[in-house]
Amino acid sequence: MLTCQQATRLLSEAQDRKLRLKEQWPLKLHLLICSGCDHFRQQMDFLRQACRRYSVAPPNAGDAE
Amino acid sequence: MSANDSPAGDALRDPSFLADLRRDLLRFAELQLRDQAAAEDAVQETLAAALSGQDRFAGQAALKTWVFAILKNKIVDTLRRRQRTATITSLVPDDDEQEDDFAVLFNPGRHWNPADRPQHWGDPEATFAQQQFWVVFEVCLTRLPENTARVFMMREFLGLETPDICLELALTPSHCHVILHRARMGLRLCLEQRWFTPENPIC
Ligand SMILES: [Zn+2]
Repeated sequence: MLTCQQATRLLSEAQDRKLRLKEQWPLKLHLLICSGCDHFRQQMDFLRQACRRYSVAPPNAGDAE
Repeated sequence: MSANDSPAGDALRDPSFLADLRRDLLRFAELQLRDQAAAEDAVQETLAAALSGQDRFAGQAALKTWVFAILKNKIVDTLRRRQRTATITSLVPDDDEQEDDFAVLFNPGRHWNPADRPQHWGDPEATFAQQQFWVVFEVCLTRLPENTARVFMMREFLGLETPDICLELALTPSHCHVILHRARMGLRLCLEQRWFTPENPIC
């Protein structure tokens, strides 16, 4: 059984490399039973989207007009 | 969206647009370079390149996106130049203190403490639409330790692949992943505390 600390590490690495099958299955299993880590997974996607949005052109000041 | 496309140089001669753009460019560059003089240089070179460009743009949003793409290349150049003269060991000190920060989120069995369990953040688009969110986002980026932030922004803002970053900074892949992981842990924690659950006390 994966711990939450291990699961978060894998979820973060999944943003940078493809996880191996032997990493994917325990992680999937963990996410089924752990809402905290499932939220963490969604938050990683959120961060990626936010960074993409921000770096294309920072959405604050200057866009108002 | 304007009906007539105009060359970049023309659009950039609108003083109020240029002033706003310059300010945004500078903030973006400072965030990543953490050095005002270097940021000024990168922005100056970017605007010079943009002004001499013959590309035509339908509206200021498209132009702004293009100028930011130029700036990102300048920032990558600056980081590469800097890396050649920097000591790699400077990447180490950030790390240890931060590991402890995040270990406290977990119980002795290494599962989330109930109070620290990540929350549901809802629809990202609804959040991105709020101007105030981006202010908090910048604050949270600024609060990351400098070297951690640099690696993270090389990955997420400049779009470099992780193996290239490791190579560039002479880090092992696993050290690279650790740094990126800490950046994400720090950023998500900051956003959760300062934006998503602001009623909680802020450290
Ligand atoms: Zn978990």
